[in-house]
Amino acid sequence: MSMLQLIDLSVGYGRGERATVVASGIDRRLHAGELVCLLGPNGAGKSTLMRTVAGMQAPLRGRVLIDDGDVHAMDARERAKLLSVVLTDRVEAGLLTGYALVGLGRYPHTGWSGKLSDRDWEVVEACIDRTGARDLAHRHVSDLSDGERQRIMLARALAQEPRLMVLDEITAFLDLPRRVDAMRLLRRLARDTGTAILLSTHDLDLALKAADQVWLLPSEGPMVAGAPEDLVLSGAFAAVFESEGVEFDARLGSFQLHRRSIAEVELVGGGLVREWTARAIERQGLGIWGGLGATPGIRVEVLDNGGGWELEIAGVRGRASSLADLAERLRGADGARDADVEEAR
Amino acid sequence: MIGSVHVPAGEVVRYFLGGETTAPAWATILRELRLPRALTALICGAALGAAGLQLQTLFRNPLAGPWALGLTAGAQLGVAIVVATGSVVGSEFLRRIAFVSDLGMVAGAFLGSGTVMFIIAVVSRRVSTITLLVLGLMLGFFAQGMVSVVLHFTTETQGRVFASWNDGSFAGVHWEHFPVLLPLLAIGLLGALSIVKPLNALLLGERYAATLGLSVERARLMALGGAVLLAAPVTAYCGPVLFIGLIVPHMARGLLNTSDHRVLMPAVLLMGSLLGLSADFVVHLPWERHFLHLNAVNALIGAPVVIWVVLRNRQMRSMAV
Repeated sequence: MSMLQLIDLSVGYGRGERATVVASGIDRRLHAGELVCLLGPNGAGKSTLMRTVAGMQAPLRGRVLIDDGDVHAMDARERAKLLSVVLTDRVEAGLLTGYALVGLGRYPHTGWSGKLSDRDWEVVEACIDRTGARDLAHRHVSDLSDGERQRIMLARALAQEPRLMVLDEITAFLDLPRRVDAMRLLRRLARDTGTAILLSTHDLDLALKAADQVWLLPSEGPMVAGAPEDLVLSGAFAAVFESEGVEFDARLGSFQLHRRSIAEVELVGGGLVREWTARAIERQGLGIWGGLGATPGIRVEVLDNGGGWELEIAGVRGRASSLADLAERLRGADGARDADVEEAR
Repeated sequence: MIGSVHVPAGEVVRYFLGGETTAPAWATILRELRLPRALTALICGAALGAAGLQLQTLFRNPLAGPWALGLTAGAQLGVAIVVATGSVVGSEFLRRIAFVSDLGMVAGAFLGSGTVMFIIAVVSRRVSTITLLVLGLMLGFFAQGMVSVVLHFTTETQGRVFASWNDGSFAGVHWEHFPVLLPLLAIGLLGALSIVKPLNALLLGERYAATLGLSVERARLMALGGAVLLAAPVTAYCGPVLFIGLIVPHMARGLLNTSDHRVLMPAVLLMGSLLGLSADFVVHLPWERHFLHLNAVNALIGAPVVIWVVLRNRQMRSMAV
């Protein structure tokens, strides 16, 4: 059975005829324990969609159901038992400790004074352990770094024991190893606790590797959704990113950093060395010859046993001892201009 | 139990244990003056502290308090209008101002600070808290300006009545005032204790608080209404009492090193009472023919305490309420 259902959902601002529709006609289902990554350029309406799913903003049309209950029709406390949220807002909780903050996650489950029962404390402890926030628990929130704050806020969101967690770009503050770590953590939390997670992110690579579903929200046009691999194979990824002016490499599953190549290179060799040699060549704004048409004027051969590279440019032969060396020689070659590098993000 | 007439400590103890004092006048002084004054200082100190804590958390601003948000000045204006219209209602009314018109002054104070709070509540949904604080200060100054205008139309006697009220003192409250003052403050204080959980959620900001299941609208109404309920009667009966509402929450946070309102609120009530009582104690030290003003004492006690608390906490952590 589907845990979360978005039915003919339109999100945006305003009311009636003056309403600004950000995204419309969204029909999706999500099962317990699934991790969804919401991808899309800034301004496409990711945050609006997140807030609408979280019940913080009314939809223009359609419904959001969790376990068949309408998120926008239930009262705040009932909703807080079904879904929890971590936002990009920086939390200034003053002199609250990590413990007290995670304890606030029990808010919808406690009585008038907010006193935690033994069972509440068990949940708090478990959530601190699950999110690896043990070191942060005794510190004041005001002493934590941005990344640490997001981690303790995640523990708090988990302590609500929701069916769905809505996480808005919570990995944005982190460096790369920690982003990988955070994604692994979310993946495990979803599986172990059966909580569905909706995460908005800019990390395409990580999303492709970790997500059960990807929701792709372009600046224009309808939302595209599905398993990440399906979206790559169907060309949906490439189509969405092309309209944003960025090329998506379906083979690598990542963005193309370089514009279309100006000349091609015949590359001879195999294995891992070949892969990375190809990358070094592409970085110079050159393409790899696919074997069709006339043989290109530049030839690079990977020599066996780490012997380096042999290259031939317009009949002139040479040797390169490293890829840096090779790259430098290619830059000087006729027909190869400086790499036209674009910031992909 | 201090005042300009010296009553020996032994006599005080004997009186409160149910005995007779050597001089009957001492018993009267204790019963009619000192005891009500001490009780007033206790509950009004607690009330102002609780109002300050509620407002600081609600507006997420360490400078918020009954005075900064214009509540005190609003009440002053309300009372000034009541005093001024006393001549319209009848001079008999004015002559008995200390007794009969205290309900009128309560109503005036409520109306004045309630109006200010209403304006702030309406505007608070659209502007940042710092803008709100500026707005509160300006409303306060405007109300005080209006007070001068209103006083311009009063008689000399009315002016003197207002001026003595305006100095702020716990000494003007007598037993006959308690039936009104006590229930109002009791409701306000119970209200303050009942919203510790919402206040804790509000530490995370209103957006997060809402996702935790808090009805933000209701919490805001409770906190704002509660602050008026606490600050207006105190101002009506004691005049504008400054500083206590602002500093007591900081003292509590600084000493207890927490922002958890389940601990903080009772601590604020206790410390507010103590500060009220100590300030009143200093005011009435038996100096000859001279006594300090309550607000001057509050500032002299309060300012160093806040400075100590602030400097002790690195980077003013506790100020981020």
